Amino acid sequence: MSATTMATAVTLTLTTDQEQSKSFTLEPGESVLSALLRHGVAVPNSCRAGACQSCMMRATAGTPTPDSQKGLKDAQRVKGLFLACACVPTSDLTVRFADGDTASRAKGVIRRVDRLSHDVARVLIETKEPVSYFPGQFLNLVRSDGLVRSYSLASLHSPAGVAPGDDALELHVRRVRGGQMSEWLHGDDVVGETVELHGPMGDCFYVAGRPEQPILLIGTGTGLAPLYAIVRDALRHGHTGPIRLYHGARGPAGLYLIDELRALAARHTDFAYTPCVLEGPADDAAVRVGPIDQVVLADTPKLTGHRVFLCGDPTIVTALRKRVFLAGANMKDIYADAFVMRASS
Amino acid sequence: MSTVYQQIGGGAAVDAAVDIFYRKVLTDDRISRFFDDIDMDVQAAKQKAFLTMVLGGPANYTGQDMRRGHQHLIARGMNDDHVDAVIELLGQTLAELGVSPAAIGQIAGVAESVRDDVLDRPAGSPRGTQPGSSNTAAAAAAEKRGPCGPSCGCAHNQ
Repeated sequence: MSATTMATAVTLTLTTDQEQSKSFTLEPGESVLSALLRHGVAVPNSCRAGACQSCMMRATAGTPTPDSQKGLKDAQRVKGLFLACACVPTSDLTVRFADGDTASRAKGVIRRVDRLSHDVARVLIETKEPVSYFPGQFLNLVRSDGLVRSYSLASLHSPAGVAPGDDALELHVRRVRGGQMSEWLHGDDVVGETVELHGPMGDCFYVAGRPEQPILLIGTGTGLAPLYAIVRDALRHGHTGPIRLYHGARGPAGLYLIDELRALAARHTDFAYTPCVLEGPADDAAVRVGPIDQVVLADTPKLTGHRVFLCGDPTIVTALRKRVFLAGANMKDIYADAFVMRASS
Repeated sequence: MSTVYQQIGGGAAVDAAVDIFYRKVLTDDRISRFFDDIDMDVQAAKQKAFLTMVLGGPANYTGQDMRRGHQHLIARGMNDDHVDAVIELLGQTLAELGVSPAAIGQIAGVAESVRDDVLDRPAGSPRGTQPGSSNTAAAAAAEKRGPCGPSCGCAHNQ
């Protein structure tokens, strides 16, 4: 390092939703965590050695040091997450707390609702300004009366740097009996309504790189929505490794997008789609019957080196996560998104 | 003298060790039940911190962290036998990574040194000693006082 760069003071800026941003000048060799603590900012922390990840923060301008992103998942790295204790910045950096993911807000208008199955609807929402997200992330949908629900994005419109795909935001909404938001979105007069969108959030998305890596995606119910986006995102990035998607439902009526996914598999030899039902019999011979984890592991018992995406029912996602890890997938390569359903309130 | 942490390749090697170690822990009938119902990512980060510490890497854990972090498991019946199992699986993990038996013995010694903290009892307790909450209270009070003593008047005493 030259004398001139040594002399340049590095400025650290902290932004929050509540207050005006604050800027601090870092001492030579000082970490982001030390600087914030020195200035009385309460940052959760524990090991201070880059291991426990309790001091994870997000850089919104500037680049965190490579050291501070070691051990993080690829999806966390591309979102600018880093460990404050391990980051001694060499140039100016603007940071926020990692849970401040919901900074972006947009207004949208519901343009179309299509029925995909007896209880799942595809809801298309148009926004005036394009919303930047990674396909597969989720956002909070806020109705005019303040009711909020989280939905994953099945569409492909994407952040700067990648050719845009679909124009509208696509959500898959399962009708929950007594569910205030889902009953409303399934109603006749919802088209034209204005909603607010907060987000995007979540780590369940495709990160370009390692194009030869095998990808396994397992979803139940509308857990298919993010996986449908991730599969198409991987394909358009030219992913060359095998991509296998398993969609599980209780019975055949719970499966949807079957024709679209079969057509996609016909166009891409490296992509395979396997619908599964828990309770048979399935009329269609290509639909597998049995618990989805057993179906997947019967096909591929060893998952060493795989990148895995799991979405849907929380109990199944938790169990699958353990199964795929024990079958050899690395912790850092497992992306899980558990959907919590609320019937009312 | 370099630590085993440096010898095996630092943080990246510890990442590999965590996956091996955690797989063993989850499939070991003696202790796997303590690891149900937890967020695997959070747990893996904790195990990485633990491995980093016992391997002699950078760590800032205190006995208090160990005591607080395991109290809910003591309530579920965790005892010396379970600590034995963890140290045994740690040794197997390191052996798979090519660490020498002598170094594994040394690392097991470091892990052994936090046994009383993990089981929340006074240091040097004989095997089978029940957790002692009075000790925890005394240690917590000592930590709150900080390094400068009760008469100092600094922020540690607030």
